[in-house]
Amino acid sequence: MTDLIHLSAATLAGLLADGSVSSVEATRAHLDHIDAVDTDVHAFLHVATDAALAAAAAIDARRAGGESLAPLAGVPIAIKDVLATADMPSTAGSRILEGWIPPYDATVVRKLREAGLVPLGKTNMDEFAMGSSTEHSAYGPTRNPWDLGRIPGGSGGGSAAAVSAFEAPLALGSDTGGSIRQPAAVTGSVGVKPTYGGVSRYGAIALASSLDQVGPVSRSVLDAAMLHDVIGGHDPLDATSLPDIWPSMTEAARAGLADGALRGVKVGVIKELNGDGFQSGVKQRFDEALAILAGAGAEISEVSAPNFEYAVSAYYLILPAEASSNLARFDSVRFGMRVNPGSGPLTSERVMAATRDAGFGPEVKRRIILGTYALSAGYYDAYYGSAQKVRTLIQRDFDAAFSKVDVLVSPSAPTTAFKFGEKLADPMAMYLNDITTIPANLAGVPGMGLPIGLAPEDGLPVGLQVMAPARQDARLYTFGAALEKLLEAKWGHTLLSEAPPLTPTEMFATKEGAV
Amino acid sequence: MPEITAEQVAHLAHLARIDLSPQEIARLTADLGQIVDSVAKVSEVATPDVPATSHPVPLANVFRDDVVTPSLTVEQALSGAPERDGDKFRVPAILDED
Repeated sequence: MTDLIHLSAATLAGLLADGSVSSVEATRAHLDHIDAVDTDVHAFLHVATDAALAAAAAIDARRAGGESLAPLAGVPIAIKDVLATADMPSTAGSRILEGWIPPYDATVVRKLREAGLVPLGKTNMDEFAMGSSTEHSAYGPTRNPWDLGRIPGGSGGGSAAAVSAFEAPLALGSDTGGSIRQPAAVTGSVGVKPTYGGVSRYGAIALASSLDQVGPVSRSVLDAAMLHDVIGGHDPLDATSLPDIWPSMTEAARAGLADGALRGVKVGVIKELNGDGFQSGVKQRFDEALAILAGAGAEISEVSAPNFEYAVSAYYLILPAEASSNLARFDSVRFGMRVNPGSGPLTSERVMAATRDAGFGPEVKRRIILGTYALSAGYYDAYYGSAQKVRTLIQRDFDAAFSKVDVLVSPSAPTTAFKFGEKLADPMAMYLNDITTIPANLAGVPGMGLPIGLAPEDGLPVGLQVMAPARQDARLYTFGAALEKLLEAKWGHTLLSEAPPLTPTEMFATKEGAV
Repeated sequence: MPEITAEQVAHLAHLARIDLSPQEIARLTADLGQIVDSVAKVSEVATPDVPATSHPVPLANVFRDDVVTPSLTVEQALSGAPERDGDKFRVPAILDED
């Protein structure tokens, strides 16, 4: 039988469509691999074995009945635990939502099901998406398939590890300050943060509502594009959803595979995101990628974005402020945990405070307190107000840059995957890890991360980030597919085929019904 | 910028409705001081002539047609409640009185 877990989603979709493979076979192959490796990797918080096989069988039956199905019908997918799923627990990596099964599906999950994709389970993440390593998950970290002693990135380390460990060909992520792109960088996978408003946030457990975007996680640019086409588009249930008619991202990616796709494309290298503090092997692979782009006819120039140096500061005021407000909904009344205080009268306010103490982890408490401070009377103008002005300056930097170039590039992350515990004791060190990815969220522009090689000093993946003007997501797919094709032609294989094989463990992953 | 004190963090914790232990307050006081020192940098460029941006891709007057659509049943809405009483959420006393 074909090695089903190592196929791209596009290839697997082709085999499903022509009947040479059934969705049950493909789904079972992935579930077996999850059983074999996920005790070590811990990408999943919940594996929906029976439901996945039932969904796969239903797709196979519809196909056998002659029904015309969507392009990715029958392809398995992993779903970040930040997304509401009516048939699986949705915890956002937090104790406060342990075991919670939402009464509805997020819009993107509904769209997946309607397109016939097969949900395999829910992936691990930093609690409420606050983190860059998954070390802030209440359920323990996910381990990087390239080196189990290192972080898989965050917050969406579970989704990135799931695709790079071949546990799923596709996954959904969410990106508030890099939670899709940074995990992609450190695991050698592909991830896209769409234009703000391009993909519905309805049913995504909110972290910072003006920054959050749901997007695709995959092993190839074309696969990400195909998934983007499934989840994108206007949703009347999300008041920030753009009413635009979007072009086909799949067609945009295919256009990138044509010869000459990069000829004359103006590529801007962001001066402020390519200097000190970037690991030498990251810079080396980034410079090599620029040379490859130039060799294919792209016009490379350096552009300055002087206000990007204020982006991390602005972000760590805006995000905690919005998060402190969004997380007020965890009040021990409507859903989630309820804990009574150890002594004293039982009032709603005291029960709420005891519940939030027991249910939130240290990083969530830190950011809620920080956000409460930033919004306090007397400090609001100096902190939150100033941060919103920086947001304007960063948008102006993007506008000025995009008046000269078609796309902007930078390394996706300053370093390769770091070791567990390395940045846990120093919150600012962890926050500065997002320096490359945060500007896109502040400005609402789309960004893609894709692998460009291994750093010579540690043999770990390096990613390149490409950004386009708001609403020009298709440009990312054309550019990304073209660069990926050139790199793979040079390597003679995909980057992930160089990842060390994972040895099956004796214990099996969490089974259905037990988080 | 002013120093952040443990009393201030305890007050913020009360505003945010999180019971924090004295150890957590001490830790967060140090963390917050460090983080605020760093992020205060935003005031360097946030001059009065720069307008604030609250929304990255602004939309105005987003309305849906005023028609009834399917919504959660009472059972669905109560399905995640820590405690219920018939068709209602059951909560502890709202007022702090003896």
